Amino acid sequence: MDSIFFGRRALLAGGAGLAAAATGRGAAAQGAPIRIGELNSYSRMAAFCIPYRNAMQLAADQINATGGVMGGRRLEFVFRDDGSTPGDAVRVAEELLTRENVAFIAGTFLSNVGLAVSDFANQRKRLFFATEPLSDALTMAQGNRYTWRLRPSTYMQTRMLVEAARGKTQKRWAIVAPNYEYGQSAAANFKRLIGSAIPGAEIIAEQYPALGRVDAGATVGALAQARPDAIFNVLFGPDLTAFVREGNTRGLFERRFVLSMLTGEPEYMIPLGDETPEGWVVTGYPWDQVEGSAHRAFVEAYRARFNDTPRKGSLLGYVTVQVLANLLNKANSLDNEVLVDALRDLSSDTLVGNVTMRGIDQQGSMGTWVGETTQRNGQGIMRNARYADGADYMFPEEEVRAARRA
Amino acid sequence: MSVEFSFLLVQALSGLASASSLFIIASGLTLVFGVTRIVNFAHGSFYMLGAYMAVTIVPWLLQIERSPTLFFAGVLISAAVVGVLGVAMEILLLRRIYKVPELFQLLATFGVVLMVQDAVLHIWGPLDIAGPRAPGLRHGVMILDQRFPAYELFLIAAGPVVLGLLWLLMHKTRFGILLRAATRDREMVGALGVNQALLFTGTLFLGAFLAGLGGALQIPRVSASAQMDLAIITEAFVVTVIGGMGSIGGAFLAALLIGQLQAFGVLIFPKITLVLVFLLMALVLVVKPWGLLGRPEAAPPSAMPEGIASPGRFCVFEKLLVALALLVAAMLPLFGDAYAVKVATEVLIFGLAAFSLNFLVGNGGIVSFGHAAYFGLGAYASGLLVTKLGMPMEPALIVAPLASGFFAALFGFFIVRLQGIYLAMLTLAFAQIAYAVCFQWVEVTGGDNGIVGVWPAPWAASRIVYHYLVLVVAVLGIIALRHVIYAPFGASLRAARDSAARAEAIGIDVRAHRWLGFTIAGAAAGLAGGLYAFSKGSIDPTLLGIPLSVDFLAMILLGGMQSVVGPVLGAAAFHSIKDVFMPLTDHWRFLLGASIIALVLIFPRGLGGAYASLRARFTGGAP
Amino acid sequence: MTLLAVEALNKKFGGVVAARDVSFSLAAGEMLAMIGPNGAGKSTSFNMVGGQLRPDSGRVLLEGQDITGLPPRAICRLGVGRSFQVAQTFLSMSVLENLQMALIAYAQRTRDMIARAEALFRAEALELLDQLGMADAAARPMNTLAYGDVKRVELAIALAGKPRLLLMDEPTAGMAPGERAALMRLVAGIARRAAIGVLFTEHDMDAVFAHADRILVLVRGEIIAAGTPEEVRANPEVQRVYLGTSGLRAALRARAAAHG
Repeated sequence: MDSIFFGRRALLAGGAGLAAAATGRGAAAQGAPIRIGELNSYSRMAAFCIPYRNAMQLAADQINATGGVMGGRRLEFVFRDDGSTPGDAVRVAEELLTRENVAFIAGTFLSNVGLAVSDFANQRKRLFFATEPLSDALTMAQGNRYTWRLRPSTYMQTRMLVEAARGKTQKRWAIVAPNYEYGQSAAANFKRLIGSAIPGAEIIAEQYPALGRVDAGATVGALAQARPDAIFNVLFGPDLTAFVREGNTRGLFERRFVLSMLTGEPEYMIPLGDETPEGWVVTGYPWDQVEGSAHRAFVEAYRARFNDTPRKGSLLGYVTVQVLANLLNKANSLDNEVLVDALRDLSSDTLVGNVTMRGIDQQGSMGTWVGETTQRNGQGIMRNARYADGADYMFPEEEVRAARRA
Repeated sequence: MSVEFSFLLVQALSGLASASSLFIIASGLTLVFGVTRIVNFAHGSFYMLGAYMAVTIVPWLLQIERSPTLFFAGVLISAAVVGVLGVAMEILLLRRIYKVPELFQLLATFGVVLMVQDAVLHIWGPLDIAGPRAPGLRHGVMILDQRFPAYELFLIAAGPVVLGLLWLLMHKTRFGILLRAATRDREMVGALGVNQALLFTGTLFLGAFLAGLGGALQIPRVSASAQMDLAIITEAFVVTVIGGMGSIGGAFLAALLIGQLQAFGVLIFPKITLVLVFLLMALVLVVKPWGLLGRPEAAPPSAMPEGIASPGRFCVFEKLLVALALLVAAMLPLFGDAYAVKVATEVLIFGLAAFSLNFLVGNGGIVSFGHAAYFGLGAYASGLLVTKLGMPMEPALIVAPLASGFFAALFGFFIVRLQGIYLAMLTLAFAQIAYAVCFQWVEVTGGDNGIVGVWPAPWAASRIVYHYLVLVVAVLGIIALRHVIYAPFGASLRAARDSAARAEAIGIDVRAHRWLGFTIAGAAAGLAGGLYAFSKGSIDPTLLGIPLSVDFLAMILLGGMQSVVGPVLGAAAFHSIKDVFMPLTDHWRFLLGASIIALVLIFPRGLGGAYASLRARFTGGAP
Repeated sequence: MTLLAVEALNKKFGGVVAARDVSFSLAAGEMLAMIGPNGAGKSTSFNMVGGQLRPDSGRVLLEGQDITGLPPRAICRLGVGRSFQVAQTFLSMSVLENLQMALIAYAQRTRDMIARAEALFRAEALELLDQLGMADAAARPMNTLAYGDVKRVELAIALAGKPRLLLMDEPTAGMAPGERAALMRLVAGIARRAAIGVLFTEHDMDAVFAHADRILVLVRGEIIAAGTPEEVRANPEVQRVYLGTSGLRAALRARAAAHG
């Protein structure tokens, strides 16, 4: 069931999907549908999660219109809000498994929610396909047999940015990151990695404003005072807008090299508008520049159905469904032990190309785009973007073994 | 490292700009509280609406001409629109609940917060919206060798201007003079023959206008987002309380203090901003129990206290009801599905937590806004012992209430020295400090990720066995607390609540008794927290957070704080409402908020109160 | 012998002197009235004796023991009971429970978490109520009582602690004239029988002159006269500032009547 507000639109969209299913080549899915429980912060993290869910519905409808999965069965997602707290999420996961009888569960956005659900899945011995939480712990120290993650982790995205800085000469770095696990661990990864890309690089200032409450003036002032050559930024959302505006006015970014996590994702780029800084090296999703007919078709279908441009969440949602459909077809079973085994080194062809679920840390090789920010018509875009394949940025295997053994 | 003067100056200016913004918002909050005595959680929602209005109205005006005049006209129009929304809230909601207990008013405004959050998402969409910058004030101004935003210089001036205008309003207009009179003595205004309804409506307009103005003035600095309401409301409360509730000058002083504290705090403790303001508030309240410029509030003499009156015994019918409820809880695994058992387990845990809160609020008249802290500390104690020290579940569950009781005693020592809203805010401050420690002490607590792997001992691992374990422990806990309510100690707490002066005069050490009561309630909440940790398998800082504290308050209010067993009923009702709405729609918060408001309007004394009047009608006795 | 000795109490609020060198003494079984116009410092002096206020200087001795600045609960345990100007009782409880509470406190069992409060000291509570003619009202909720009855219950609560000294701040305020006389007779009877010293303030001059053994007259924080009712009545200073002013007296009457 959908929201009361978006109910009508979703109903129409669903109807369109059904109509397509009915008229499409007579190959529509049959048999008992396969239900997957998808819990996420649709309410609190709506900017990311609603496009994510939209794309999942789009993908599922397309798959069902062309024969479904596992020899003709419909693929269905049962969407639930996870309440954005671990306590609520674990209860919702329980509801999905016991009352909705889903085959397994997927989703979650916040790291603490993802970790709690992961541990719950381990306890209940059910597959949890973590799509969005970035925390390294999910696949490292707190990894378990039943938890697999698709999106590139904090470590991977930090490493992509650090690699992009290779060869630069800036030695004095300042870090600004939101004061919670994602920010702290991005900062920790950066400190670890930057020395290998820029020998002699040192961290001369660090600022950790509380998430959603950056005191931009004071933070920018403190950073500028340290006179860094370069800045590593992990702020996003409203914090980022406030930080960028304050920094632009005070000249913080002038003649400084900036590496910035996630800033190129449309979710965070659109609100920056004509304040988008020039020349930051960022991770993101330049949806209008990605080559390949499959991706172009996806963008068209998405825009046609939702009257909006795709976000990073949309891409992730679509790829999630592609990987899961492939998994179900390969495993041809809903037994969770079989599914977990089938996920090991499962290779799927997706919108972003090949995605492999690496067996050793149960991390997907989905990558992201790294490029520079610039403006076009008062809107922020990425230029010189290239797809960084996650397979090249994963944790070294010996580190994984050490972490997961503990 | 030598620090240049120019940098310190600019940092101080940044602090002043933040202080101005904070003051404009907090002044509205303190005004509304001073006159209506309502702790208006929705004030943050007005602030957010001000920002959203401005990012809608101002760009539209700037299309006509990019002039500063139109920019600020747009800001004022946005604030006025929000003011009108404030009037709507007063007429539609607050006016109906001035007579209900203060806590219910607070809960109703919290319902408004939930509804506005979802309404904003629906109207403006989930993406943050960045507003235009102010024409003519886009640039930076060189101050010595540092560049400083011109708009922030403007903001620095805006705070004192608003303060001055408010002073003029308060001293030179009839409305303002009445406002001041009402702040000092509400009865007197009634006696003067003033139209009280009009006065209150006017106050809400002014309060919401100021919140809206604060939000609209922020758009050149921050983007409008659906999370900005809760981010600002706690800070606005802190400013108001530090300054002294109802004191506009105090709010100004407190805002200045907090602005500078944050501007320089980030230099010394870049990670501590989360908790700095709460540390300051705790410190101020310990030294000055009424805030910097607040006046001691005389408790209204001979008013009938809200809460548990003489606790009566169950009649036969009620005994049957309780037995039936216990039977259902005990037999649930036989006829309910696994999920029903899970929900019942949680209801029992929350029932114990809510009961322990009502032991404080309903029986002792000690309103805690931070009860989740003790729930969470209990969960952390168990979780850490099990995961870090490898302790088995059973002793960990025994340590949970001891640990919570210890912290309740530690914090309670300071808390029970205060009264009323100040006491409640100090409970909040300590809860936030505890939250920040759990959040920040990553090596031990796992930070905001928390710690997983907190599962019950093998014998209790199954859902059903654990349900029975919780049933036994929670029910025993509730019975024990209930017994204390009926015992001389419980009666002494009620006596101290009814009249502290009388209690002292017959030889009761009121403070010591409240302290002990606070400790017991904290320990019971800790036991519930320990049970919760093992039912979820994980602990994380949200278990100590404000939202959970508010949930607990909602439970006891729904159940009826004057009823002994009502809170358990309230926990069941609240949990069920949430459980029904969450799967139904993304906009469950809207429905939850609407349900809370509906319940407050229909059952202004909670479900327990509704039952009591029903019973009185049938038995003919006094309610 | 001297039960209570008050020596040179001083108290200022801001710049306002509320008590200046207030000294007096009180013997067991004696009834001492304190009178004076509004704002004369009667309640301030009272609260300094009862422990609700701490004097700036001076001493309060109870049977020779210095009790200056002790908290009210400690003073209570030393045998001082009191009633307040605006009656302070436990409004959420029944009349009987109010008395039981006072008796529980007297027995120092307020931290008892095992016993059932409603079963404790019932007989004693009823007996106290009976003394004050309130036995019939035992089961009534406190908040349904007329103000005069509330005052009587408050007196019973004060007596529950078996006091040696009773402090009564306007015991008859808000009562009907007939009730007042009855209550004062009752207090006087109890005080004489049990040798309790009574310090009271009162606006009703009939009550004062009928029952007080001695009278103190306070004006602007100072005792301007002290002595037997006859001596005070004859004091020209008192007549000038207080008793003789018929207009003031009428105003006091009206105020007392409005107090209910």
